[in-house]
Amino acid sequence: MSATSRFGSDTVVAEQITVTVNGIPVVVAGGTTVAVAVLFQGTSCRRSVSGQPRGPLCGMGICFECRVEINGTPHCRSCQIVCESGMEIRAGE
Amino acid sequence: MAAATCAAESGLHVGMVDDNPGIGGQIWRGDTINSAKEAKHWAQRLGAAKVSVVCGTRVFDHPETDILLAERGNDVCELKYRKLVLATGARERFLPFPGWTLPNVMGAGGLQAFVKSGLPIEGKRVVIAGTGPLLLAVAAYLRHHQANVLMVCEQQSWTSLVRFGVELLRQPQKIRQAMSLRSALAGIPFVPNCWPTEALGRDSLERVVIRRNGKTATIVCDYLACGFHLVPNTEIAELLACEIRNGYVHVDEFQQTSRADVFCAGEPTGIGGLDLSIAEGQIAGFAVAGNKSAAKKLCKARGKMKRFAGVLDKTFTLRTELRSLPSQTTIVCRCEDVDYSRLSRHTSWRAAKLDTRCGMGPCQGRVCGPATRFLFGWSPDSVRPPIFPTNLANLGALSSQSITKHCEVTGGCA
Repeated sequence: MSATSRFGSDTVVAEQITVTVNGIPVVVAGGTTVAVAVLFQGTSCRRSVSGQPRGPLCGMGICFECRVEINGTPHCRSCQIVCESGMEIRAGE
Repeated sequence: MAAATCAAESGLHVGMVDDNPGIGGQIWRGDTINSAKEAKHWAQRLGAAKVSVVCGTRVFDHPETDILLAERGNDVCELKYRKLVLATGARERFLPFPGWTLPNVMGAGGLQAFVKSGLPIEGKRVVIAGTGPLLLAVAAYLRHHQANVLMVCEQQSWTSLVRFGVELLRQPQKIRQAMSLRSALAGIPFVPNCWPTEALGRDSLERVVIRRNGKTATIVCDYLACGFHLVPNTEIAELLACEIRNGYVHVDEFQQTSRADVFCAGEPTGIGGLDLSIAEGQIAGFAVAGNKSAAKKLCKARGKMKRFAGVLDKTFTLRTELRSLPSQTTIVCRCEDVDYSRLSRHTSWRAAKLDTRCGMGPCQGRVCGPATRFLFGWSPDSVRPPIFPTNLANLGALSSQSITKHCEVTGGCA
């Protein structure tokens, strides 16, 4: 099942790219960050040290709550990373 | 951007390094760099001035004079410089309250940043809360993107806000901004003396409890955008041993720090908003290039804006009731899941850190530091490298001389 996100109406329409979040394809506009793709998919980003679900907080790379695994690399700050076609994102686990 | 442009236009060879995926900092994040008029102006000038730009690059160490180390993806970059201009901006102050760690409780600027980075917000119910003019800017932005902004809760009192409004009358540009904000926000309840006391939901936010004039109310919503004004990002300046006064990087009239080769502009020198940052950036850019006459021309305008910054500071102080918001089990350090009861046993940042690991997690105190400073009056330790979590492989890529330095500073790296 796919989902879409788009930029605000101020911009020229961007290309559409597909990433997967926990195996589920998500279609996003070019320029969308991984954090937004995860938010849009509706899953949390990570589990805290005591197992609480956590989502992004600051949106600017300083809180580290948005960490997800991208293409096998864990602890990526997803709010600072733009989606690329074919990215495999694992979140909330 | 302003500093890099003016320095390059004055003849210097300039490189600009940004941690974010694109240029423009927070205010021009994502699609805004292409849409906001002033953003486009500076982006064009930056390009025409032939400034070398690297994004997605995060400074973590300063092993020797004139070398900064930065991480970019999985690689480490060595940045050699003769002069530096720091424009590291500010971050939101977050205060803990029950439920603040639920997904979809975000910063006010935080939610705005996600919308700027592609998050669809049309029809979503948003409560904005906290303190500071950022709340109104975020409300206007979200409304413009068809969010259903239910209310803006400002913890400060009507009296303080009215006084602030009177000060605004002295600054014509601020009046214009205020009037356009007023029309952008028509119909959205703006509620002073009001703050969130609890966020509720099972796996993510479902409703917010707010307190207003002694009474509570529960609001069903999709997002809580909550931030308590801004704190300066002074970590790199501290790493470089620049003088810090009252929490801000101390600079002279030319934005020069206590180090002759380091300049600083914008929020790290005092929270004052976009216009002041651009003025200071230009002054720093001209001054670092030795173009003092061009720098001097901007000093008067900066002075006016600096006075506004002082008013901002005085207006949006935090009320004491906010210190009682966390319950005993409210998480204060989000990285290490340290709750209020464990922290309140201690009398200093250092003691709390050593006992609970508060401040030792990935954020290195960027979130819990300002929170504990407000809750307990603690002052965090000095900054030590790496100032951001860094791949072990990148630490290992340093020259042998630097590796020795690191082992001495951190007490042994594996």
